[in-house]
Amino acid sequence: MQEFVFLVAAIIVLAGSVGVLLAKNPVHAALFLIQTLFGVAVLFLIVEAHFLAAIQVIVYAGAIVILFLFVIMLLGVDKSEDLSVDPIVGQRPLAFLSGGAILGLLLALLNTVDPIEPLPSADPARALDRTDASGQRVADVNQLAETIFGEHVLAFEITGLLLTVAVVGAVVMARKISGDLQPVPESALAASVGLEETSDDDAEPADAGEGDA
Amino acid sequence: MELTPMWYLALSAMVFSIGAVGVLIRRNPLIMFMCVELMLNAVNLTFVGLAWGRNDIDGMVAVFFVLVVAAAEVVVGLAIVVAIMRRRDLATADDISVLRG
Repeated sequence: MQEFVFLVAAIIVLAGSVGVLLAKNPVHAALFLIQTLFGVAVLFLIVEAHFLAAIQVIVYAGAIVILFLFVIMLLGVDKSEDLSVDPIVGQRPLAFLSGGAILGLLLALLNTVDPIEPLPSADPARALDRTDASGQRVADVNQLAETIFGEHVLAFEITGLLLTVAVVGAVVMARKISGDLQPVPESALAASVGLEETSDDDAEPADAGEGDA
Repeated sequence: MELTPMWYLALSAMVFSIGAVGVLIRRNPLIMFMCVELMLNAVNLTFVGLAWGRNDIDGMVAVFFVLVVAAAEVVVGLAIVVAIMRRRDLATADDISVLRG
């Protein structure tokens, strides 16, 4: 049964990947990407990585691909691309050659490795099939939480920092600035700080702003 | 035939190669990004397959971090694409071969 589900999901994943590769229209490529990501979520479910399957669907299919679609719509770049022309002569055959080489090397490497077996010295606390006191299997989300907030808590904190930097960077880069940068008017600054002695200078920054514009 | 982690590794090798070819042959920057996502997913598949085969939770922790970094990467990458496309009308990555305004 597991094998059958794996094969069906694998076919879905491969068909979706080839679709992303060959779709002429970017919107179609995004939809094929969703198909691939759902297939991968099913593959996660087979090995009982339930939490990862859920965030795969929520974060990837629900957030990232929607972001792609937003950008496609926003920029109007949904023009079809003519895949039959090769802008750099010989690039495409070389690309397929190197892709085939990567695949061949990876599969050849897989052929040589020993069968993957559970780690002999596996820490029982980190085993996926760990059971609690009542003999019930500990859910993967509990185990993930214990590991992420225990052993990897520093990496988790840095991840939060990374996300903050990414959000600020995206806003800075995508912001549209019309005209030259203007200094913040002193009256506004004073109001935000709570100073009251700037009433004399109120007119001056407004004049300067008009002069620049 | 029994399901083993090898099946996951083989499938992930195929998806990774397809993504690599896509990055090389496509010229629309958005689709190149999607192909990078494919490659990241192939690696996630490897991690989960090995975590299952090795009976160790650390592989799944790695997938969690890859997901977060992928989300941050897409946000910044798409912001760059939006910023460039606003300044000039371009359709392919070949038009941005010079890094100046």
